[in-house]
Amino acid sequence: MPEPPLLELKGITKRFPGVVANDAVDFDLRRGEVHALLGENGAGKSTLMNVLYGLYRPDEGEISIRGKPVTLHSPNDAIERGIGMVHQHFMLIPVMTVAENIVLASEPTTGGVFFDHRGAERAAGELARSFGFALDPEALVQNITVGQQQRVEIVKALYRRADILILDEPTAVLTPQEADELFAIIGTLKHEGMSIIFISHKLNEVLEIADRITVLRRGKAVDTLHAAGATEESLARLMVGREVLLRVEKKPATPGEHLLQVNDLHVRDERGIERVRGVSFDVRAGEIVGIAGVDGNGQTELIDAITGLLKVVRGTVTVGGVDVTSDGARELFEIGVGHIPQDRQHRGLVLDFSVAENIALHDFRQLPNSRLGWLYPSRLVERARRLIAEFDVRGGAPQTPAGSLSGGNQQKVILAREIDRDPRILIAAQPTRGLDVGAIEFLHRRLVEERDSGRAILLVSLELDEIVSLSDRILVLYEGRVVGEYGPDVSVEELGIAMLGGTGKKAA
Amino acid sequence: MAEPRDPGLPPPAPPEEPVKAPSEAPLGGPTVFAGVSLRLGGVAVPFAATLLAFIIGGLVVVITGGNPLTAYRAIFEGTGFNWVFPWLDDADRSRAARNLQQTLLVATPLMLTGLAVAFAFRCGLFNIGGQGQYWVGFIAALWIGTNLEGLARPLHVLLGIVAGIVAGAVWGGIAGLLRATVGAHEVITTIMLNWIAIFGGRYLFELGGPLQGAVAALPRSDVVPDGARIWPIWGGNIQPLHAGIFVAFVGLLVYYVILNRTTLGFEVRAVGFNPEAARYSGIPVRRSYFLALAISGAFAGTAGAVDVLGFKFSVDVSDFPGSTVGFTGIAVALLGRNKPVGVLLAALLFASLQVGTSSRQLDPRVFDPALASDLSTMIQALVIFFVGAEVLIFAIWGVRGRLGFRTRPQESPS
Repeated sequence: MPEPPLLELKGITKRFPGVVANDAVDFDLRRGEVHALLGENGAGKSTLMNVLYGLYRPDEGEISIRGKPVTLHSPNDAIERGIGMVHQHFMLIPVMTVAENIVLASEPTTGGVFFDHRGAERAAGELARSFGFALDPEALVQNITVGQQQRVEIVKALYRRADILILDEPTAVLTPQEADELFAIIGTLKHEGMSIIFISHKLNEVLEIADRITVLRRGKAVDTLHAAGATEESLARLMVGREVLLRVEKKPATPGEHLLQVNDLHVRDERGIERVRGVSFDVRAGEIVGIAGVDGNGQTELIDAITGLLKVVRGTVTVGGVDVTSDGARELFEIGVGHIPQDRQHRGLVLDFSVAENIALHDFRQLPNSRLGWLYPSRLVERARRLIAEFDVRGGAPQTPAGSLSGGNQQKVILAREIDRDPRILIAAQPTRGLDVGAIEFLHRRLVEERDSGRAILLVSLELDEIVSLSDRILVLYEGRVVGEYGPDVSVEELGIAMLGGTGKKAA
Repeated sequence: MAEPRDPGLPPPAPPEEPVKAPSEAPLGGPTVFAGVSLRLGGVAVPFAATLLAFIIGGLVVVITGGNPLTAYRAIFEGTGFNWVFPWLDDADRSRAARNLQQTLLVATPLMLTGLAVAFAFRCGLFNIGGQGQYWVGFIAALWIGTNLEGLARPLHVLLGIVAGIVAGAVWGGIAGLLRATVGAHEVITTIMLNWIAIFGGRYLFELGGPLQGAVAALPRSDVVPDGARIWPIWGGNIQPLHAGIFVAFVGLLVYYVILNRTTLGFEVRAVGFNPEAARYSGIPVRRSYFLALAISGAFAGTAGAVDVLGFKFSVDVSDFPGSTVGFTGIAVALLGRNKPVGVLLAALLFASLQVGTSSRQLDPRVFDPALASDLSTMIQALVIFFVGAEVLIFAIWGVRGRLGFRTRPQESPS
């Protein structure tokens, strides 16, 4: 290499009690490249970046920037040396304007005392324009979209003269369209000579955007390779450490009786806005019906209404021929509807409860968990022990708080709870959101197995790939209505058009 | 304070989460941490907070010209806990016994009002109404005790305590019902109910009030007769320790059993930790709010009943604004981390501070009694301050990094 790398991390080791988060990790970044840091949840990506951003001091190893070894005591040290970081959760002040957020901590002043509003807006606006961002400097941050907020974060880093930009899981909060726009922005920044570290666990986007890819696994950098020669399969193998099936293998469905029937359903959300406007469909035993759609087109309200969490305005829901339209959550669980909620941390689990208690969350009132109001904790533990083994929940004993499990294992706990009750219908809302490749593989396989054992499965997901690879029938939800129904061999492109309100043709 | 994780199980995800809130929001992480550990308990912080409070209290003693060691020794002897030392001579021992009886007497209602606050906490509710619930329990038991003559003593006492429990439950239940039905915040309603209980009590016993006692010139109640009093178990004629302390112990046990061994407790804890997950699971959240506050009130009502049947026996109108036993219960629950053993120890600590520095117990040559009770109040306040400000304590000790405080890995995939 003729030119020394812009940034070099050598032998970085960071230990936490009982854990080696980073184990002698080497990483370098060249001028004008996008270098992706790929790894499963808990592989050590964020720890490494926090070391680089001055939030952690490494136990061993050294950091050089522009060929000079440096010690970073705080983020300010990192910022001074041209490192900017866009966190997954934005660090913006919602009630302040875009311009105010951008100049925060190095505000332009008049007379050295007074905040120079005009100057701030001008500087922020010019900077945004020079990179081709559409941003209104006067808009309040709380009124702009998540994608735009992310741009504010990027401009904020640029305003502080960053030439190394760390993007931590930047697409996790974006819609597919916004993600495409972000990739265009990254292209522009690269063209302007910025160097970018792109943290992700999504294989396809890493391949799309990165020049080089470093894969972390359990705290170790297992390989650094050029994106040009890599494939999703090879990356997945490096990430997980074994062969991973990215495609779901399944036989054609053999649908049986109509188990879940939804007829002309109308639902209002908590603010009284009608979100579901006359949806009808049914799900038969032994099939997976997928509901595709851009987030916010009524999926949440539809699921909540079916599972008894939201009142139905009009229409009916029947389970195995029994009308359950006005039943509550508890009745629905008892009649045999399992529900994997889309927000596992706020809804699916009580994070401070143990795994055993979480598994008993629906049926702690019943034998053998309790009798006449008297709880038998040891029986909860017994059942949890069995399910932990059956569902391969790692990192936890029955008494471990659910909150200390990784996301994938938390989801396994929920899956175990729902399936162990032997429901006839299983409703899975975004079951793999935020999970890593290994856990996704497990969940997909298990859902197909449950289908084959005769359950009716309703799958709601924002990931089109997931919908297409798992579903036997696909419904597209747009503005609270089903605008199309497709067979399993529909293309992602065709679905994408229907999701945006394009005419869906009745294929089934 | 990382949660214990099973050793040997792969792979404990490294503590990546803590720094989700980096430089720009330096308190983000620790605040979350404090919130979590407040609910989960933890032994180090309460002890550290207490120690720190005593150290600062000692400094104040130095500033006012005293010797903190002799002052603390005097306070300690004032509490009577030196009674356990085998080397005391007879005179000292009987004095210590008398002091210890007073300490335990004061600790008894504090345990129960502490449980009242703690139980609501476990359901995610802040019951500030312990004081009002204490008073209605007190008044109900007093009425039973001063009426229904001729009942056998065990029955009379039992009936009085049950009356206190029911009255407290009703008082707490009103706040619970308001929360469950119209969503009125329990902090507001319980404070208001405190005032209703206090002024209601004054009305009942003032001159010409419906429950004013036999002495026409005095605004006070009748006195509970011997046949309705809780049995003294230790000490002479003047304020001996009474069997009510066993009621408090039973309360601790009941608290533990309800929370951990019943479906009701399961619901209460689920709602307290995560109401949304409870709702999703079909747990009736609003019913839990109601029941939690009613049960909470029952504990405080018990405290009132035990006090009046155990050693107060009557009430004067001027007593109503003065009592702080319900409010101290908040401190007891906070310091005791909503755990039965914690509540027991915290109640003993606060009772000790109160009794150990009361002018009757303290030798004025060692420490000015007026200053002593101020010192006690100050130490109590500091304890609460440090328990509440544990973030600060961790920052002071710089243990942030070492602990890694991974109590709750959010899922943010990374």
